[in-house]
Amino acid sequence: MISFSICKSLQTAHGNITLDISCEIPSGQLATIYGASGAGKTTILRILAGLLQPEKGHITLDGNTWLDTANGSGLLPQKRSIGFVFQDYALFPNMTVRKNLEYALEKRQDKKAIDELIEVMELQELHNRYPDTLSGGQKQRVALARALVRKPQLLLLDEPLSALDIDMRLKLQDHILQVHKHYKLTTLLVSHDISELFRMSDKVFVLEQGKIIKEGPPFAVFSNPQASGKFQFTGEVVSIEKEDVVYVVSVLIYNSIAKVVATAGDVQNLKLGDTVSVFSKAFNPIIRKIEMPIKK
Amino acid sequence: MIDLQPLFTTFRLALITTAILLVISVPLASWLAHSRSRFKTIIEALVSMPLVLPPSVLGFYFLVAFGPAHGFGKFIEHYFNTRLVFSFPGLVVASVIYSLPFMVHPIQAGLAGLSPGLKEASFSLGKGRMETLFKVTLPNIKPSLLTGVVLAFAHTIGEFGVVLMIGGNIPGQTRVASIAIYDEVEAMNYHAANVYAMILFAITFSILLIVYFVNHRYVITRQL
Repeated sequence: MISFSICKSLQTAHGNITLDISCEIPSGQLATIYGASGAGKTTILRILAGLLQPEKGHITLDGNTWLDTANGSGLLPQKRSIGFVFQDYALFPNMTVRKNLEYALEKRQDKKAIDELIEVMELQELHNRYPDTLSGGQKQRVALARALVRKPQLLLLDEPLSALDIDMRLKLQDHILQVHKHYKLTTLLVSHDISELFRMSDKVFVLEQGKIIKEGPPFAVFSNPQASGKFQFTGEVVSIEKEDVVYVVSVLIYNSIAKVVATAGDVQNLKLGDTVSVFSKAFNPIIRKIEMPIKK
Repeated sequence: MIDLQPLFTTFRLALITTAILLVISVPLASWLAHSRSRFKTIIEALVSMPLVLPPSVLGFYFLVAFGPAHGFGKFIEHYFNTRLVFSFPGLVVASVIYSLPFMVHPIQAGLAGLSPGLKEASFSLGKGRMETLFKVTLPNIKPSLLTGVVLAFAHTIGEFGVVLMIGGNIPGQTRVASIAIYDEVEAMNYHAANVYAMILFAITFSILLIVYFVNHRYVITRQL
């Protein structure tokens, strides 16, 4: 289990805020920090990695203290068992994919670890290429593989998928979940994409103005407590149109659009881009497998 | 037969100066690229001074400062038993200061253009500062390093005013090619001046050609 409490004042685009949080993540879980940009999400990861020093803070992982400002002790980033995937991937441009991974090897570590990761992350075709020649999704896979070479206890992912298109994102979410389970990692992900954290996380921390305002499993955090709906999705409003006496609200849920009929009262405080919950209580949804046409 | 000694002196001076500059410019440029200190602007201005000052001004102050009668020259003479005026070591010290901006500026620009994430990624992979410097930072600013080395080398070869002031014209010691050319022209010995000039021209042109060729190739291979 990793537990940490951090206090640091930040200068952001929206003025000065104080980051003041404490979190616990049980071993083997995948937790997400959710929040708008400028809320201090990346700062938390950088403090955990030891790249930034908080004014006050305490970090322990499985009983090992990484940082304790009370007695002035702190481990250097090099001594912390972390894998960090940066937002811009930070691959070394002067090394091939394989050399990027080999650079991360510790002294006397078996090179087999590299071959295994190349296989798991499906990098066989790319291992002799230089980072500048790779697409965003490929760079992402290399960065993830490189972060895992040292077999870290804690994996930190800084908005790893924000720059990718939806198909690539889904595929990489699978990759992340796969290695998270395979290597029994404790993973902390930063994201501002609700569908992503619903799909991936065991636990969500909602960060606003430097404070955690909600935490728990994604459904408990993002659902409307008054609705006991069993049929429920979270999406984004993409259009509101008036048709005769009612309104039709188009909601982007994942990568499909759902049209929902709403009254004037419902749409009054809705605007484009709002995150909404679409649910139904009165009837039972029916689920049916879609049979693919048989190829001749 | 033309005396080749001035050419040897020139290239020896340029090589030693460039080597010393490379060692001191990497930490200096790294500090200038990342520091937020108040003194940064002052140091930046000082480093750039040789770009704008007439070489004779620098040469004059070196002459005063390095002279055995005054503080710094006295100190060096007393503790290192070396005299810095009209001697080869004096030329090296003066050249290092005179060519400093030509080495520092390209390296500083290269470092400032490098994503800070690379260094942090290396730290997060358990690597120390030295390993990060030699395996990640420096290899990724190779074109800047090469530019710095070439400019500093070429600038030292082309030095005239400073050398004349601080070095004089002692054969085998401080008589460099640029001064030898001036000397031969003064003596109406145009043939010898021409030989020195041609050799300097040919060698410096070849060096620049090779460097730009290598730099170009380097940029291309990484994009394949």
